[in-house]
Amino acid sequence: MTSALPAVEAVLAIPFGAAAALALLADYRLSSRLNVAAAFATLVVAVTLFVLPGFATPYLLIDDLNVVFVVLNAFVAFTTSVFSASYIGHEVASGRLTPRNLRFYHAMCQFLAFAMNLALTANNIGLMWAALEIATLTTVAMVGLYQTRAAIEAAWKYFILGSVGIALALFGTILVFMAARPVMGEGADGMVWTLLMAHARAFDPTLLDLAFVFLMLGYGTKVGLVPLHAWLPDAHAEGPTPISAVLSGLLLNVALYIVLRFKLLIDANGRAIAPGPLLATLGLLSLLFAAFMLYRRRDVKRLFAFSSIEHMGIIVFAFGIGGPLANFAGLFHMAMHSLTKSAIFFTVGHIAQVKGSQRIADIRGLTVSQPWLGWALLAGVFAIAGLPPMGVFTSEFLVVSSTFARSPALALILVFGILVAFGALLMHVQAMAFGDPGAPEPRSRASTAPILAHLSLVLLAGIYPPPPLVAWFEHVAAMLR
Amino acid sequence: MSGLAFDVSHLLAGGLVLISFMLLYQTRLYALLNVYAAQAVALSLAVAWQAYVQDKPHLYATAAIAFLFKAALIPYALHRAIDRLGMRRDVENVVGIGATMLAGLACVALAIVVMLRFENAADALAREDLAFALSVILLGLLMMVVRRNAVSMVIGFMSLENGLILAAAGAKGMPLVVEFAVAFSVVVALVVIWVFLFRLRDRFGAVDVGVLDEFQGSRR
Repeated sequence: MTSALPAVEAVLAIPFGAAAALALLADYRLSSRLNVAAAFATLVVAVTLFVLPGFATPYLLIDDLNVVFVVLNAFVAFTTSVFSASYIGHEVASGRLTPRNLRFYHAMCQFLAFAMNLALTANNIGLMWAALEIATLTTVAMVGLYQTRAAIEAAWKYFILGSVGIALALFGTILVFMAARPVMGEGADGMVWTLLMAHARAFDPTLLDLAFVFLMLGYGTKVGLVPLHAWLPDAHAEGPTPISAVLSGLLLNVALYIVLRFKLLIDANGRAIAPGPLLATLGLLSLLFAAFMLYRRRDVKRLFAFSSIEHMGIIVFAFGIGGPLANFAGLFHMAMHSLTKSAIFFTVGHIAQVKGSQRIADIRGLTVSQPWLGWALLAGVFAIAGLPPMGVFTSEFLVVSSTFARSPALALILVFGILVAFGALLMHVQAMAFGDPGAPEPRSRASTAPILAHLSLVLLAGIYPPPPLVAWFEHVAAMLR
Repeated sequence: MSGLAFDVSHLLAGGLVLISFMLLYQTRLYALLNVYAAQAVALSLAVAWQAYVQDKPHLYATAAIAFLFKAALIPYALHRAIDRLGMRRDVENVVGIGATMLAGLACVALAIVVMLRFENAADALAREDLAFALSVILLGLLMMVVRRNAVSMVIGFMSLENGLILAAAGAKGMPLVVEFAVAFSVVVALVVIWVFLFRLRDRFGAVDVGVLDEFQGSRR
């Protein structure tokens, strides 16, 4: 069979070429269509990766761990582009964005997709780092797009914290190279992930310990782990909503994927620090902190940004606990959270447009005034809160049950955190969906297809997860130990 | 490794750490920029020395980039920005200078304690170079924490990057990819910073992050 290399090259080249083309196109209607077309083409090519065999070159890599993330990335990027096409029309009409802003925005959308795909498929830890840095800088520019006082503050905070995180991650990367050098020799081999994995046993464990601490701090900032999360709520709340969806649904996953890669490396060494306890502690801390922060939110996008921190906490905790079941649950939860949270942001984006406000207090009685959006929001929040039969329930249940088997005390804290967050979400969504709707308003002409697609996938995964997918997740979970 | 090569690398890397301390106690923006330029010169010398000692010509390119961008272009651009925008020339510290210097000493001590533990992992030169680099990184972080002024936060970040480049140059045989990545990131970061400086000025009338406190985004 042919190798997957051409497909990966296409997955990188299509967004890159589209970004260049979009930078030249002035008409935003045409650009938004081209954006959708490019995202769709990327998705089609990405899906073929499922059937093509994996490969490893010095710079690019497709293996079982990253293939599903590439496909998930392409899928969410595609639905986001569809959502964005209907979102930006309103932003132009209301004067919040000019066509010139949009030219920049569309080019950046595709460039971001390129950078994330590069980070996911990179086999070189230096390239991986550079790709994530590009993705970060791209999103910084997009968060500041509205140029309001709040947006600029959010972008500044994101830029400063993100750069410090990325700088620490680079130092960690250099330390990994130093640890590998006595074994791998000088030159490019010392940064190739597959080669590092093959020789990991011989690396100096103390140097790897230190490297992992820096990598965890650096990439952990990008995952949004407490106490490095300060940029996340602001960046989600002040940027355009499609970017909030991509940040929450994809970029956090990409950063977490890189953490997983390095966790594999540390595990393969055997003598270095066990990453588990560190991950579990940070995860639990993030979950508890975010769960309590959910209560006093007044901005709806900020509310769901904190919910993202909470879920990243659960996922990181699951990987920290380790073992086939918890790892399976963590991977499954990454996919489910990504789909659900971006669906919620799509819904919230349309809601904020019809209401002209992101304040939770201004959003009341949606099921009456905007039945479609109201019920979609309700379904999304039910899913993200972990109610059956949605897919998030399955993964949270697996995390909890596997933790009970290993350490009941931690499981109790975990359940407590999940319940606290559940209460907060229910409290907020109750008023938004069923409060007094106030004066009637025009129906939103929202594009419902992306929301529907995401939520039905989450429902399907909850009721009947496709067996090949389950088999794949199990295989990767075993690989993660 | 001959004694001279060892001593000169130490001298230059130690110089970088010393200049990091000097950055911490500057109270005027122009002086801060000049000290930063001096650090960039020290960095390019240190990297060039590594290029000579390790016989790695590509490191000369890194040294040249450090010299051109960090020692000349960026300080010049920021100088002009300060002039044109009529920013306040004095730098406000959140923490007193004495306390900052003590915290800086603690950072260096931490870096040395952490790094010198690896006796067998790397040769002495690489190990001690890393200790210096980590000191510069931590001091850069410290500077970002104790300053309120946006320009000096940016300088803190760039001095942190100096530490990273020192580490990358000291890691023998580190592939070229990374140096390009670092150089690239500096350029991109600069573009973004520019945008921010202008917009901060437009929106707030001053390049002082302090005015942002009034908008307490995180409390919403």
